[in-house]
Amino acid sequence: MTTTLLNLAWLIPVFPFLAFVIVPLVTYRNRKLSHRLVVGAIAVAFLLGQIVFWTAVTAPEGVLPFESESIHWLSAGVERFKLAVYIDPATAIMLFMVPLVCMMIFIYSVGYMNFGTDQVDPRYSRFFAYLSLFATGMLGMIVFNNLLAFFIFWEIMGTCSYLLIGFWYEKKYPDPNKITPKEAGLKAFIVTKIGDLFFMLGLALLYAEVGSLAYGDIFSHETLEHLATTGFLGTQFPLAAAIALLLFGGTVGKSAQFPLHVWLPDAMEGPTPVSALTHAATMVSAGVFLVVRCFPLFAAVSEFTHIEPLHMTIVAGIGAFTAIFASIMAVAQDDIKGVLAYSTISQLGYMVAALGIGAYVAGAFHLITHAFFKALLFLSSGSVIHGMEHGHHHAHEHEHEEHEKEWFNPNDMKLMGGLAKRMPRTFWPFLLGGLALSGFPLFTAGFWSKDEILAQAYTASPVVFWVLTVAAGLTAFYTMRQLCLTFAGEPRTEAAKHAPESVPSMTVPLAILAVFAVTLGWAGIPDHFPVIGPMIPNWFEHFVGSTIEVGEHAAEHAMKVAGHLSEGGHETHSQLPLAMGLTAALGGLAVGWLVYGRKPLRAGQMDPVEAAMRKVWLGWLYDAMRNRFYFDELYQATFVRGSIWLADVFDAFDYGQPQKMEVEGQVVIVRKHGFVDGIVNGVGSIGRVFSDAASWLDVNIVDALVNLAGNAGKFASIGLDRFDFKIVDGAVNGVGAVTKAAGRPLRRIQGGLVQNYLLIAAIMVLGLVVTFFVIIFQMPQM
Amino acid sequence: MVPLEWYLILAAALFCAGLYGVLSRRNAVAILMGVELMLNAVNVNLVAFWRYTEPAAVTGQAFALFVYAVAAAEAAVGLALIIAIWRTRGTVTLEEIDLLKG
Repeated sequence: MTTTLLNLAWLIPVFPFLAFVIVPLVTYRNRKLSHRLVVGAIAVAFLLGQIVFWTAVTAPEGVLPFESESIHWLSAGVERFKLAVYIDPATAIMLFMVPLVCMMIFIYSVGYMNFGTDQVDPRYSRFFAYLSLFATGMLGMIVFNNLLAFFIFWEIMGTCSYLLIGFWYEKKYPDPNKITPKEAGLKAFIVTKIGDLFFMLGLALLYAEVGSLAYGDIFSHETLEHLATTGFLGTQFPLAAAIALLLFGGTVGKSAQFPLHVWLPDAMEGPTPVSALTHAATMVSAGVFLVVRCFPLFAAVSEFTHIEPLHMTIVAGIGAFTAIFASIMAVAQDDIKGVLAYSTISQLGYMVAALGIGAYVAGAFHLITHAFFKALLFLSSGSVIHGMEHGHHHAHEHEHEEHEKEWFNPNDMKLMGGLAKRMPRTFWPFLLGGLALSGFPLFTAGFWSKDEILAQAYTASPVVFWVLTVAAGLTAFYTMRQLCLTFAGEPRTEAAKHAPESVPSMTVPLAILAVFAVTLGWAGIPDHFPVIGPMIPNWFEHFVGSTIEVGEHAAEHAMKVAGHLSEGGHETHSQLPLAMGLTAALGGLAVGWLVYGRKPLRAGQMDPVEAAMRKVWLGWLYDAMRNRFYFDELYQATFVRGSIWLADVFDAFDYGQPQKMEVEGQVVIVRKHGFVDGIVNGVGSIGRVFSDAASWLDVNIVDALVNLAGNAGKFASIGLDRFDFKIVDGAVNGVGAVTKAAGRPLRRIQGGLVQNYLLIAAIMVLGLVVTFFVIIFQMPQM
Repeated sequence: MVPLEWYLILAAALFCAGLYGVLSRRNAVAILMGVELMLNAVNVNLVAFWRYTEPAAVTGQAFALFVYAVAAAEAAVGLALIIAIWRTRGTVTLEEIDLLKG
């Protein structure tokens, strides 16, 4: 029974995929049917996901990890790739989270795309088809049993991300420096591809060494030991660490870790449900999930050898740095989605740091809780943006056209304020999500997962711990800032004054997500937590931590190597991390309230933090924070310019440098002295010298001879004139006429139309084939 | 197992569809798409013959990969040419591009 139900898992990605196929091919004209199909498909996937999840949770000991019978999938020579369903606790919890969040976002999208707009988006059905394909990618990545399938579905998501970020590709802004959706999509695609390249190299290395990419093979004890004890390219550096680092490259791209974080803030150009779906809740966490999935490989070095796990330090370092780096930038953002984008990067940094210090259970826990509250925050902010847009329309309905032309940024928090009263059903979920994000103690999910990471970081690495604590404080601060700027005080613009509440299809998903953003944390209350800890079992850790035994040992071992475990092998449970976590969360919220909540910002007033920093000559720092520490400019100046420069070099190599010249009073651009052109011209000029010489010969000698002969002939010809006129001319004209007559039909063939040439070629080939067959079939008779 | 002929018929149908597209479309981009279809028909043939005649060798797949690479290059060059034509002549309709007319 259990295995039968678990076998259903392969159906989960199938339904969204079917919807993706059917919608653009069949139902795209009927918008309602299209979105119903897509939502219906994800609902089926959700039900199946729940079935699989609960079956996995209640499965008897020894069933997990479950692997179904495999099918032949891909052959290369005699090698066969097999595809099967693979369910372990990590898969199961993802199957709980992903379809649920996806379904909520899909339902919200229906409201978002229809609400209030006079004309529905012309690519409405396509939007839902993309969403469905995206869900296919995410679900397929989770359920199958090998890294190759993982990679393929991962790339499907990357493609969807590109398509969805650039969904409004015709949109242009009056400010030429502001990135457009088209550019943002391209940027996201290219930047993440850099990470994917490393991922693919990692896969190649793994396959070359192990000969398989199935989890069952690569995470077996022998394989891991072999990988951990073999050096990479004959060096001391363990192969397992090299592969792990290459795979981690994929994570850095997908989960927007430093230095490839630049794409995520710009990805906010997509429609808000897309931001929630792909750039907050699910796709970006795919990178973290990759590390969770491959954790045995990451941990193998500490498990089997005594080599310092350098790669884990790198992972933890990048994660911790990203966490604090992004949260500093988030403080200075005015775009409501921008703040959330940076907080997403920062929270992903948290997860990566947790994985780096070996706390993969805590990392996975934060992955799940974060997905819920970040989806919630994004969807609520989408509701706010919608409200602002309609408020703006409403306020300026009867005014002059000048106001219509002026561009209004509905995302700017400086223009909001006082929205709590206007949009209560958006405000309360947003508040809960914000509290969960800042780790408000006891009743939010974010608190429990963050506390878990901090506690483990404290035992594993003090540096990571302190960095993460400061980041947590900053997170609480900017969350409070966002809440106050958006919802507290008085409306700062007409648009905010007239903002209407959103439709139920948008607010109901918010409410459902809010429930999860609060309650989910109770599944993972650590045992050592004072008072409540012993009362409620830490279900999450027992479930997820139980079956990946290799990881468990390795995490312990990693700590032992680092010297952070006490002699007895038991972790010492200091209450310091808890206290620090509480201080950071509450302190950040309190400071945020003091700065932004006590005296709400008035219209046109400068941000208090900015004003304070300008006062102490730190304005440049604030500018740097707002401008993302100029990383975009840096990449623009180095990589983008570099590529363009290289292209220019090749271009010049071919055509030569463009030069301005004046020809007859007009400036024209002439290009000279290119290498390839030079060769071509050189060959040409050699020919020209020859032809000049020939011409000279022709004019001076041949002509003279001809003239001489001509003169001689002239005399002779007088006599021959008649003969010439009648017979020779006749012959010449005759030849000419024949040629002309023959040329006429041939000229028609040479019509200059390429397709006609092709048609002739095709007919000829067909003729040849027929001839060939005729000859072959006649052979026996011959 | 699906008989080899089915694959060959599929490939032939794909090829004909591509050829039809190449010969009948007016837009140069659509013609490129037709060419891609024809190349893929060839790929189907290559892989099918490999699978049914010599499954132990990888030649069929390797050649299919080569064809992919060539097709990608062809598409890149073709699109670049189309863009260049668009810039100079303002059209990508092949009927209006007849500089080679004799």
